Formats: sequence, C-alpha cells, structure tokens
Amino acid sequence: MDLTLKIWRQKNKDAKGALKSYDIKGVSPDSSFLEMMDLLNNNLIEKGENPVAFDHDCREGICGSCSMYINGEAHGPDRLVTTCQLHMRKFKDGETIHIEPWRAKAFPVIKDLVVDRSAFDRVMNAGGFVSVNTSGNTQDANATPIAKDAADKAFDAATCIGCGACVATCKNASAMLFVSAKVSQLALLPQGQVEAQRRAIHMVEQMDHEGFGNCSNTGACEVECPKGISLENIARMNREFLSATITSES
Amino acid sequence: MSTSNGMTSIARKFFMALSGFFLIIFLLQHCTINMMSVFSSEMFNSVSHFMGTNPLVQFALQPVLAFGVFFHLGMGIYLEIQNNSARSIKYAMNKPSENASWMSRNMIITGIMVMLFLGLHFYDFWLPELNIKFIQGDMTGLNDTGNFRYYEELQHKFHDPIRTGLYVLAFVFLSLHLMHGFQSAFQSVGFRSNRWSPVIQKLGNLYAIAVPLGFIVIAVYHYINA
Repeated sequence: MDLTLKIWRQKNKDAKGALKSYDIKGVSPDSSFLEMMDLLNNNLIEKGENPVAFDHDCREGICGSCSMYINGEAHGPDRLVTTCQLHMRKFKDGETIHIEPWRAKAFPVIKDLVVDRSAFDRVMNAGGFVSVNTSGNTQDANATPIAKDAADKAFDAATCIGCGACVATCKNASAMLFVSAKVSQLALLPQGQVEAQRRAIHMVEQMDHEGFGNCSNTGACEVECPKGISLENIARMNREFLSATITSES
Repeated sequence: MSTSNGMTSIARKFFMALSGFFLIIFLLQHCTINMMSVFSSEMFNSVSHFMGTNPLVQFALQPVLAFGVFFHLGMGIYLEIQNNSARSIKYAMNKPSENASWMSRNMIITGIMVMLFLGLHFYDFWLPELNIKFIQGDMTGLNDTGNFRYYEELQHKFHDPIRTGLYVLAFVFLSLHLMHGFQSAFQSVGFRSNRWSPVIQKLGNLYAIAVPLGFIVIAVYHYINA
C-alpha cells in the first residue's frame, strides 16, 4: 500500500505544532498501524530527520499506551481495538490518513503524538484503590463470597486500560467513562465498600480539578472505547457520588 | 475548574436533569390543555381560566416554572462554555457522527432555538396575560361580548402563517432536543439498567415525537380554522 500521512508534529509542549505531510510506500496490509509508523520512522531516520514520537508499549491492546486520533476517530476506524491492534487493511491503497494526538486541556501534548495523561494517575491517587493490611495477615480474597453477576460487572469495568480514548473522543473531553470504570470496579465488590463514599467524592473532585469537561451522555466514549466499557458505569458512578454526597459525614 | 462554584460536574448534571424532568412534565400538561382547544372551545376556555386565575398555579407553580426554564437555560450555557474550554485545540479531522447522534451533540443549538421561540411565545401569550390580569386588573377572563377570551386569542395568534411556521419549526427543534434529553436525564440521575433503559429510550422517543407533534397539530389546526 502507498499512503499519504498527515501527522501532527510538535517539537515540545510549548512549541506550536502543525500537520506535516509524509508519503510512505510499500506498507503491508497485514501490518499493524504502529508497524506502519515504525516503517515511517525508519525512513525518516535514514533521511536524517526526526522520527515521529508516539506512545507504545505492549502492542497487544492491554497497556493503554498507544493513543492516536486517526482519521477523526480515537484508535482509528475499527471498533474494540487499540491503535496497536488496528491493521492497515482497514485503509485503502492511496488513502490520506490524518494522525493527531488526543486533544484535551487535561492531556497536554508533550511531543508530536505523545500527550501527558498523568491527570488519570492523579484521579486514581485520589481514591482508585482499596486499602488492605499487608502485614502478612491479608485475608484470602476467595474467602469473601461475591455474586457472579457483580463479579462479572466488576471485571468488565476493570478491563479499562486507561488509554484516554474516551476523553479524546468526547466532544466535551470528559473523563467520566474512565473514572466511572475505576469507581465501579471497586464499588461492585465487597472489598471496595469500606471506602466507597470517600472514593466517589474524591475521584470526581479530582476529575473536575484536572479540567475535564462535563458528560453530555452522547455515548461516543462507549463506542470508541477499545474495551467496550459500558455507559452503565457512568450511571453507577452518578448514583455512588450523589448518595455519597448526601450521606457522607466527611 | 468544576468545583470553583462549589458544585461538581455530576451535581450540575443532576440539577440539569431535575429541571429537565420538571419541564418534561410541564410540557405534557401544557400540550394536553392546548389539545382541548382542538376538540372543545368551551372546555379549553374553562381550563385556561382556571389555570390563569388559580392562585396556586399563578403564584406557586408559575414562579417555579420560570425558575426551571431559566435555570435549565443558564446551566446549559454554563456547561457548554466549560465543555468548550476543556478542549481548546480542536481536531483537524473529526468524525463525531461515527459514534454519537446529531441530537446528542447539538443540545445547545436545539435548546437555544427553543428558548428563542419562548421569547416569541412569551410575547404572544404570557406578556398580554400579565398585562390584562395584573396591570389592567381584569381577572374575569371575559372579552367585550361577555364570553371567555382565551380560545378567541389563540385563534387570532395563529391567523398569521409566518407565526404558525415559526411555531412549527420550534416544535421540530423541541422534538430533537427531547430525543436526547429525555433518556439523558435518567442517565444523569444514575438510573440505568438492562431491563428498564430500553423502555426509557422508547418512551423518550415516543414523548419526543408525540408532544411536539401535538403542539404542531394545535398550531396548524387553528391556522386552518382561523
């Protein structure tokens, strides 16, 4: 396949970026999108130019590192895949492909296609955990009976890899799907109940503090999420937060 | 950003949904009463007189309604400004229609169109009512011939084809607004379940079509019969 790539190039977080056009030839339709980017970078290095910076790690859809807005969609035109799982056969020979970084005030561009997603880390630090005694007397998790449907829903929520596609695709750059998945995966389990109120309040407050937008319930996040995280989690977080706000004493 | 006014993003959406629910109920009763004008002028006149002179409606429900309308508008604009500032640099290429409906993405447009219509609606009906009842002090509801004036005024307003057309257009925008707003309000208050959400979605679509269509039928009926 021969392609034209229009890629966002930005030297650093303070520099003004712009889309730059590159022609690339001989791309295998069976290669992944990141392999195509590797090929481009090899070509650039051979020509003595700066390669395109982009995040990647596991390249099997579980680390949440890769983050490209491809042809107007987070992780490209395929569904339930990350950029690393996107294959070039989804594109046509001779096509022009736009590649941009996630766009959100809370995700500032560091370089080219790399954005700073540490806002998610700070939201997690605000309450996305279960405090456990690690002194050697930790109770076996299997000792606590958990209903199958609750366990399944908790697991589904826990499949969120924190890639930020929900923020990138939301017209408001809202992080509600991510935060709700993290609240839900713990709220659904008995181990998460002890800190449930504090967790919901603190994580939502941190989410707002980071500058993410409000949720308009458009459902775009659910469609573009590579793990298919459901909007049901947002409704659950709304319930958790509202009840915590009314009943919490802190 | 969001906690600067002491209210979190979820709380703001919660109150937006509550005011939306209130307006949904109001619209249903408004449409029901107006629909009476199609079937019986006497019934419409007597119910209009009751609503226009009942102290509970006038001095308790009407101020709540006015607050609900302006709160919904004000909060909608505030949320829109906040949402726009959450993405200062837009995408060079974006395909929002691939993952979300036009209605859900353009609530601010359909909402503002409905609010602009409300300005016309207040000018047509609400301000003259305030003038007659509270400035002229005429609480009888009667015209010069000694009959109730409400039905006659309604027909007079819809004599104008441009006004009727503007009303019909506004009801189309109202329908588009409700298509997303109805089910979105349930989500914002945390109500979502595999069993009931499909029912709410269908009920919302039914409401979003039936109520604005009812208003359109009323406007066109009186235009034809004026």
